[in-house]
Amino acid sequence: MKPLDKKWVWLWSALLLVALILLPFLVKNYRVFQINLVLVYAIAILGLNMLTGFNGQISLGHGAFYAFGAYSAAVLMDKLGVPYWATLPVAFGVCFVLGFLLGFPALRLAGHYLALATFALALAVPQLLKYKHIEHLTGGVQGIVLNKPTPPISFTFLDQPFSADRWLYFFSLAVAGIMFLMAWNILRGRVGRALIAVRDHPIAATAMGINLTMFKSLTFGVSAGITGVAGALGGIVVAFVSPDSFTVNLSIFLLVGVVVGGLASIPGAIFGGMFIQFVPNIADEISRSAPAAIYGVLLIGCMYLMPSGVMGGLNKLWVRLRTKTAG
Amino acid sequence: MRMKTLTLALATVAAVAIAPAALAQKKYDTGATDKEIKIGGISPYSGPASAYGNIGKAIQAYFDKVNAEGGVNGRKINFISVDDGYNPAKTVEQARKLVEQEEVLLLFNTLGTPPNSAIHKYMNAKKVPQLFVATGATKWGDPKNFPWTMGWQPNYQSESKNYVTHILETKPNGKIAILYQNDDYGKDYLEGFENALGDKAKSMIVAKISYEVTDPTVDSQMVSLKGSGADIFFNITTPKFAAQAIKKAAELGWKPVHYLNSVSSSVGTVLKPAGIENSMGIITAGYLKDPTDPQFQKGKEWDDWLAWMKKYNPNGDLKDNLNVFGYTVAQGLVQVLKQAGDNLTRENIMKQAAALNMTLPMLLPGVNVKTAADDFYPIEREQLMKFDGTTWQLFGKIYGR
Repeated sequence: MKPLDKKWVWLWSALLLVALILLPFLVKNYRVFQINLVLVYAIAILGLNMLTGFNGQISLGHGAFYAFGAYSAAVLMDKLGVPYWATLPVAFGVCFVLGFLLGFPALRLAGHYLALATFALALAVPQLLKYKHIEHLTGGVQGIVLNKPTPPISFTFLDQPFSADRWLYFFSLAVAGIMFLMAWNILRGRVGRALIAVRDHPIAATAMGINLTMFKSLTFGVSAGITGVAGALGGIVVAFVSPDSFTVNLSIFLLVGVVVGGLASIPGAIFGGMFIQFVPNIADEISRSAPAAIYGVLLIGCMYLMPSGVMGGLNKLWVRLRTKTAG
Repeated sequence: MRMKTLTLALATVAAVAIAPAALAQKKYDTGATDKEIKIGGISPYSGPASAYGNIGKAIQAYFDKVNAEGGVNGRKINFISVDDGYNPAKTVEQARKLVEQEEVLLLFNTLGTPPNSAIHKYMNAKKVPQLFVATGATKWGDPKNFPWTMGWQPNYQSESKNYVTHILETKPNGKIAILYQNDDYGKDYLEGFENALGDKAKSMIVAKISYEVTDPTVDSQMVSLKGSGADIFFNITTPKFAAQAIKKAAELGWKPVHYLNSVSSSVGTVLKPAGIENSMGIITAGYLKDPTDPQFQKGKEWDDWLAWMKKYNPNGDLKDNLNVFGYTVAQGLVQVLKQAGDNLTRENIMKQAAALNMTLPMLLPGVNVKTAADDFYPIEREQLMKFDGTTWQLFGKIYGR
């Protein structure tokens, strides 16, 4: 196989960029809102994939970090009047610290035990959010209703006004871009190789001079931080947070997104986001009596057709096509 | 004099001439046409509260019957009901789908306090009716701030008020102990109760203790409440805790007049686990006919309900109260649509919903649906009932408004 031509890469990138810019103006507001949620979930899955896919630590509790991120943003906006964009770094910081602290006990727990410990976290969070002594901040069961950010400029393009949802699309796209770039930078080099080494053979990794404690805890922190940013962004996009929005199902769906998108694949997160956003809707449209069962069937079908996730499937297809054209 | 008569005559002629023209003029908002009216619904068909999904199915089944019989004013009802799994974030997405994508005229009987809270502001900003929501919170009747949202069932505060009226009638000098769940639901009941007692609240309420949903039991709370020496007990708890409280009271040998909030009035999930003999004499309030109560299993109203269940909702459980709920609330909406006539604008829908005065077949006798421009609480009347070991026995008069 010869390397791809640079010119073509540039051309396709430019086309993709144009498509991304045009996209929100080609569909209705509601679809834009859904696409925003796909971006939000993609970021959350990216965070979890770093931990689970690259570092081999299974977390069933990332919904909790998503919730912490969402609540950080909501409380800051609602109680302190902080502008929405400024809440994202705070959400990252809060979740990074929480994740890092949780990473320590996680060192002693491996595999399934870690999964169970984080699962407990996911179960506890909705109830913790209802705790009465923080009710003046969190709004208790009622949650917090937020205002959608208004677009900084107003114009119409292709007969479509530049609405709050379209503005949020570009905002989310930028945030997603930064997060993906950050993850890519971390994972492609020395650090990424170290993470994979820790996943595949911790003892060998230690022998090579990798500080296991530091790497595992930091990965947990960064992973939680990225998921927290997704939570904050999700809170802003939906304009409402409440304990019932972040049940244990969310954590499980995020893990489903990671696996469906492709373990240890950065672009896979986008497919994972699409899956958890759209497939429940498809299931609901097929049957109102048993949407969960349909969802299960679709999930099993997906895993059967593409056992290594969407990205794994695409890679296989790509390799097959290239060998065919080359041969 | 002559001039006056002439003017009057002319005015009459003019009025007669104009009236039919005005009547014949059809006005539509998004979602309504000559042929159909699009109505959106959001129910938890999946997730933790999926038992309530039966309401959505019953509503669909009732609209099927209405459509089979020719629709409302010649228009078919197209009910688009979607699943939110009781997840508020999903409710927002589904509400936007229904309003912006499906372009429904209104949202009807969206279920649950958190899901409805999530779309409260959105619906009012969009000026799309959020009609007859399926939650008992008091905040849905706030026409000044949220003119596009209206409740349906008796709200928690009016239920509390009804218990207070009964207490003041029967035991005006009683000592009251209260157990309540420490969240918006429990506090809503408590606030209504204390407000209704007014000045007497201080002297009559001798103990008031809360519990958290996360508490394993309410045993210690019950011991303290008994210790207060109260002879009236108001039990504001959700089913699991209600059963615990009833059982513990019996174990402690505490026998106050026991008022149990209607949230936990299920015989199967509360009274039976608590022990039938422990539950004897407990008082609660109701407004719907209980389909398992033999006294209602006769007459045209019962036959109609049964025929509808058999033909249009054959998979539904005849013992399930939620089917009565869905049937009744759907009839409420049909009445609103009938009243709106050919003026199917969202504004007129809210106007007609705020001008109801009727009874419905499966409401208890004497319970009515009544609204006004400043009264967004359709059902407020309830009757008290006492548990006799098998079913709830209605007693006394109808309370409320």
